[in-house]
Amino acid sequence: MSGPLLEVRDLHVHFPISRSFPFAPKRTLKAVQGVSLTLNQGECLSIVGESGCGKSTTALTIMGLQEPTSGEILFKGKPLTGPNAPARKDRARIAQMVFQDPYASLNPRQTIGRMLSSQLALHGIASGSDANHRVAEMLTRVGLTPDHANRFPHEFSGGQRQRIGIARALMLDPKILVLDEPVSALDVSIQAQVINLLMDLQETLKLSYIMISHDLSVVEHVSDRVAVMYFGRVVEEGHWHSIFSRPTHPYTRRLIGSVPDPDAVLTGARPVPDAEHLPSDAIFFPDLSHPADPHVEDAPSHLVPIGPDHRVRLAK
Amino acid sequence: MRLRFNLVLGLTLALLVIVCALGAGWIAPYDPVLHADLMNSEMPPSWEHPMGTDGQGRDVFSRVLYGAQVSLTVGLVSQLINSFIGTALGVSAGYFGGWWDDLVNGLTNVMLAIPSLVFALAIMAVLGPGLPSLLIALGLTNWSWTCRIARSSTLSLKNQGFVQAAVSAGFGDFNIMRTQILPNILGPVLVMATLGIGSAVLAEAALSFLGVGIRPPQPSWGNMLTDARELLRAAPWAAIYPGLAIFITVLGFNLLGDGMRDLLDPHMRTRKV
Repeated sequence: MSGPLLEVRDLHVHFPISRSFPFAPKRTLKAVQGVSLTLNQGECLSIVGESGCGKSTTALTIMGLQEPTSGEILFKGKPLTGPNAPARKDRARIAQMVFQDPYASLNPRQTIGRMLSSQLALHGIASGSDANHRVAEMLTRVGLTPDHANRFPHEFSGGQRQRIGIARALMLDPKILVLDEPVSALDVSIQAQVINLLMDLQETLKLSYIMISHDLSVVEHVSDRVAVMYFGRVVEEGHWHSIFSRPTHPYTRRLIGSVPDPDAVLTGARPVPDAEHLPSDAIFFPDLSHPADPHVEDAPSHLVPIGPDHRVRLAK
Repeated sequence: MRLRFNLVLGLTLALLVIVCALGAGWIAPYDPVLHADLMNSEMPPSWEHPMGTDGQGRDVFSRVLYGAQVSLTVGLVSQLINSFIGTALGVSAGYFGGWWDDLVNGLTNVMLAIPSLVFALAIMAVLGPGLPSLLIALGLTNWSWTCRIARSSTLSLKNQGFVQAAVSAGFGDFNIMRTQILPNILGPVLVMATLGIGSAVLAEAALSFLGVGIRPPQPSWGNMLTDARELLRAAPWAAIYPGLAIFITVLGFNLLGDGMRDLLDPHMRTRKV
């Protein structure tokens, strides 16, 4: 296949901040400031960063649940945003989402079977016993049993609910799955099961994942490529192995250094390896050595390649 | 246990009122309007007149039964109108937001600022007394709280995963409001509606008491109280029984609403395997 499956180009998402008094100057929160990403067929791209860095907003924008302020999102070269965007119903066949909170993501007054089969009916894929058969098949696929279809969400545990959330996302056979912190609300023992399920499904169904996470151990385990976001910008991106073995941007290094590593403690090794060789005059962006001044307009910056499939943001 | 008690008592009282209203023609021993035996006015309760007679010698029991027809019609129909208006405006305002939300919000605030009884009084003054105008007047003046509750519930549901999932699955806005939002706000709306039945019964009594509701000699609990006001010492039963009827109706529907809310809550529904 030529070209990426999904391409995010220079995405900006700004939110108006409510004014404290009627004639106060208008202020905007720049949640996402010029994010560009590419997702290739069959790979898992992880977006990592602290809460509030804009990773969830990016995911919602890709899903069409949030209007971008500027920039575009392309699926196989065709726009997903703007005036030529596909209708909500057509878009549903392209990308689906698995939500973070398994308790808020299921309608408490709908049985699982009804929730799943209504999608099939809406898209005219199947109805009646054929739909029930497909629902049973899907429930088995995500590790539940067909008789779970008659139950209401409150009868399930968190891990089971997340499996139901995955079943719902897969019902329309989408090409891309956006996983918004898919396991962060689950117990550690359940996390592994759900992660393994997601990896199995990716392989059998030839899915492409965009995973939003702040849990680096999960990211390291699942991802093919990683993009590190900080205050609405991608500060470092690349192949998961180069990001984890040669983290270069100070923020990435800080992020990876914050993960407890038992081996490093035992061997006395430094938890974060040294940075790549960079031009001596290179200044990272944003500069973390002193606190940011919100009143100063950001200086221009750009992502600079520092290795094969590894780029880092420097000030110009 | 509590669920059963509320539901059963509420249902019993509500059914009692409904049976009285529907069966008034068969149960009532006397004609509520035409049987006016002035020789036997202000008689205390007896076997012949279980609730005594009023100042014009009419049987209070028969009049209470016929009054139930008015009160129930007013309570149910006006509350149906209120719930429909309030839910439709509230859910759409919460879901769509923007200028429509601002407009609905403004309207709700205006409605809340005007005392609803005064507003109903004004509508009655324009439309004239009688049952149909009473239904319209009370149906248009009491939806603001339902609207507020529907709106705030919708706002909190709108950003939950299952509503966003329905959007991503391609469902239309109307479908999402009907299948995802409405079932989840039905509890509070239902409670508001049943509480509203009680307050509509009270409002009918107040309007009839003030002389703009149901016109005498047709009995309603409100205008029965008006008539009984001057006889409070001589014939207290003429005021006590319509008052008791109002009390039972309001209590019955409140308990019924409470019980139904518990019943509709899926967490209360235990599965039998």
